[in-house]
Amino acid sequence: MLEANLEDRKREARLVASRAWIAAALVIAALSLVVVRLMHLQVDQHDHFSVLSRDNRVKVQPLPPARGLVYDANGILLADNHPSFSLEITIEKVDDLDATIEELSRVIRIEPRDRARFERQKQQRMRFQGVPIRLNLTPAEVARFAVDGHRFAGVDIRAELVRTYPLGEHTAHVLGYVGRINEQELARIDKSNYAGSHFIGKGGLEKAHEALLHGQVGYQQVEVNARGRVIRTLESQPPVSGKDLHLYLDIGLQQVAKEALGEERGAVVALDPRNGGILALVSNPSFDPNLFVEGISQTDYQALLSSPDKPLFNRAVRGQYPPGSTIKQFVALAGLAAGVTTSRRATYCSGAFSLPGHSHRFRCWRRGGHGALSLEQALVQSCDVYFYDLANRLGIDRLSGFLSDFGFGAPTGIDVAGELGGLMPTREWKQRVRKQAWYPGETLIVGIGQGSFLATPLQLAVATAAIANHGKVIRPQVARAAQAPGASAAEQLPLVSHTINLADEHQWGLIIDAMAKVVESGTARRIRSTDYRIAGKTGTSQVFSLGQNQRYNAATLPKHLKDHALFVAFAPVEDPRIALAVIVENGGGGGATAAPVARRIIDAYLGGASEPSAQSDTGGERGD
Amino acid sequence: MAIRSSSYFSEDPLDQGRPGFWQRIHLDAPLLAGLLALCGFGLMVLFSASDQDPAAVERQLVRLGVAFGLMIAVAQVSPARLRSWSPLLYGVGVTMLIAVLLVGDVGKGAQRWLDFGIVRFQPSEILKLAVPMMLAWMLSARALPPKLLWVVLAAVATLIPVVLIAKQPDLGTSLLVASAGVMVLFVAGMGWVMILSLAGVVAAVTPLVWIGLHDYQRERVLTFLNPESDPLGSGYHIIQSKIAIGSGGIDGKGWLNGTQSHLEFLPERNTDFIFAVIGEEFGFTGILALFALYLFIILRGLVITARAQDRFGRLLAGALTLVFFVYVFVNTGMVTGLLPVVGVPLPLISYGGTSMVTLMAGFGIIMGIHTHRIRSRAAS
Repeated sequence: MLEANLEDRKREARLVASRAWIAAALVIAALSLVVVRLMHLQVDQHDHFSVLSRDNRVKVQPLPPARGLVYDANGILLADNHPSFSLEITIEKVDDLDATIEELSRVIRIEPRDRARFERQKQQRMRFQGVPIRLNLTPAEVARFAVDGHRFAGVDIRAELVRTYPLGEHTAHVLGYVGRINEQELARIDKSNYAGSHFIGKGGLEKAHEALLHGQVGYQQVEVNARGRVIRTLESQPPVSGKDLHLYLDIGLQQVAKEALGEERGAVVALDPRNGGILALVSNPSFDPNLFVEGISQTDYQALLSSPDKPLFNRAVRGQYPPGSTIKQFVALAGLAAGVTTSRRATYCSGAFSLPGHSHRFRCWRRGGHGALSLEQALVQSCDVYFYDLANRLGIDRLSGFLSDFGFGAPTGIDVAGELGGLMPTREWKQRVRKQAWYPGETLIVGIGQGSFLATPLQLAVATAAIANHGKVIRPQVARAAQAPGASAAEQLPLVSHTINLADEHQWGLIIDAMAKVVESGTARRIRSTDYRIAGKTGTSQVFSLGQNQRYNAATLPKHLKDHALFVAFAPVEDPRIALAVIVENGGGGGATAAPVARRIIDAYLGGASEPSAQSDTGGERGD
Repeated sequence: MAIRSSSYFSEDPLDQGRPGFWQRIHLDAPLLAGLLALCGFGLMVLFSASDQDPAAVERQLVRLGVAFGLMIAVAQVSPARLRSWSPLLYGVGVTMLIAVLLVGDVGKGAQRWLDFGIVRFQPSEILKLAVPMMLAWMLSARALPPKLLWVVLAAVATLIPVVLIAKQPDLGTSLLVASAGVMVLFVAGMGWVMILSLAGVVAAVTPLVWIGLHDYQRERVLTFLNPESDPLGSGYHIIQSKIAIGSGGIDGKGWLNGTQSHLEFLPERNTDFIFAVIGEEFGFTGILALFALYLFIILRGLVITARAQDRFGRLLAGALTLVFFVYVFVNTGMVTGLLPVVGVPLPLISYGGTSMVTLMAGFGIIMGIHTHRIRSRAAS
């Protein structure tokens, strides 16, 4: 019994022992399986996982370049970058947007207008691009968020350089402004170069010189943790800042021009005929471009849009007006060049002109007529009949062909975005657009700058400069030079020009003399100066057409139906340094309202008050 | 007769002569050395995995102290006394499991905790010891290998707590408790035919289990089958863990230099996924060393099993040792992507107290079995 029991116990002990050894073998087999697996992961696939691990923690971040600054001719800063802290939400990283903003507003003050701007910008953001919920955080707010920030995934403080325009409305139309990049712009820009940028030129110089101003993006490799927080920088390639632009623009003159326009709606374009440099480019009224940089509020925008004065409208480069009598000197030149008139040939003005075989009477502005007039007298008196006759003899083809050489009918190519080209009517144009044949009567109307003929103030200024230059038409430019960051000297931007050749070079002098007489004794005599000679031409452009027997009575017309007053000029006649075009909308007569504006600008410029470098050689003139 | 029996016992040198120092304090020196080395290594890894937080290491050290204390205390209890406590412990354990389902605290979406005012603990931990004890108690009353009836009864005694724990739901623990039952039967010499048919039954039941699983459990299984299907959701754990281990290579990135863990890409790097930290920082070499340590502890447990003097001791020591192995295998298999993600910690290294205390108590039982010996002199 005990024997058997003992045998059983021994057998049992052997059974359990054998199971223990089987278990040991199974354990070793199972652990070997894991080891094989680990060998596969850590030896065979080590390279693969090393790359994945690196991709996990190393992120490439773009470093946005600082936008180039803009200086006027005297080194006054017109467009600056100032550091600003904003609070941004990356919507893709946030689960519950409303709850996050609600929670956020307990830490940082968020006003309804911040919410409104956020909602607006949310619509046109790029994917994974942060949208600012608050701008211009104070240092205290930055510190407060630094403490609580970890609670808000997808919400970050961004330090960035924000564009400011210290002179605000004085530069709005010429510089334009920058704003946040929207979807349409995203489609045409180089995405990698704009990877870190939030702003892009939306208009004016900022848009035209975007490539120079923006600069080259830099990159840094950073180590991030699983929540995307940057731990350290591994490698970096610094960005190249945009180039600073030095302008021809004289902000002092710009201010004078704006003051000279006063409350009137209108535009002034003044340029240096020697190089095409824009000295002043004013469209009045203006607006504060700083409002647009971070996105303008709906109410502000509505106010600007609904204002009858259209402050957002850049009259200087987009305003297309019938040039009126300011075109007459060009028509006269065309007649001389074509040989259909001479300086001595006289035309009789009876107060009206009719085409042979037509009853329609094309009236002169002076009802009683000017009598017999030479070309010079016709310009000085701005006689319409003389130019009806001249245009008629030239014909539309020669007339528009010659005027086009001065730049009418096509954009000048100025470095201000959004420029329009006006309209130089031709036979071909009328056929294409109106599907009608050209009538001889229309040629007459074009000859006095009315009808479908449209020109921008900029085009008038450029063409006037071309007369001052004896035919050299220079593409106007706001920016003179671009200076790379750190470069000692600025790089001059190239001049583009073409020259109109007349068979008889004296004909330029003839026209210039006539224009000088316009100011000395003609329609612009009220701005005559004893300090220097001004060559000019007044103009009046009709806002609405009078019937055949109606009389224009300025006193009884509502302001908005009054004629636009125009004036083009250059000075000094002997050595032109400034050429300009002025338009005062509904200002009435060009000699009465537009010419005095031009005089103030010319005075300011040639008087040297706003150009210190020219002060020494103009100081003497002022004393005369 | 007495001589015959004494010769039976005298096969083990431990049973002869005066008991040594370790035997008198009822500890097993090799096992203790292995455990201390493992825990020391664990603390080092934890320091790194917790982002060099001394407080975390300190808390773990306190738990280790408690666990080692418990181990020493349990080792003093003789197997015979343990055996007599087994049914009671099992009964209390199952009662508390039912209580948990009725009034338990909810933690992490599952009811696992019982709150006794001062102590909050998981009754399921008790079952990790109570189930193998209960089965060893049942089977040690009769000759081994067990007859079919007793196998069935043992299976029922295992399944009751397993189902209760799975309902909490706590898949990892129920798996461990089930494996404890299976291990007792295996060590008891259950026939291979029965083992195979049991495997067949498990295979047949699996689809039913699938139906009974919670959504998140099913998701884990599906994610295991194809982790890339959901790289930011439930597949994230396993993808990041494979990256950590794979990028460690042969030599590892060095202690405290694991980028996956320190930059927080690796989730639960303190607890269930701490093995990936070891793989990343110490590489394949470090893992081999760790496995050598685990293997040493397991083999020592099996040696003790083979050398145990009575049925109860053999069954219990074998089962507890093999459950320890199941921990290691399931955790490392899960972290390396061999097995589905079930919440099983890496034994004695993962941060956290409950499983560590139970494991060390288990080692206390193993040591007690080894050191409370009926001496050959006493037998004669």
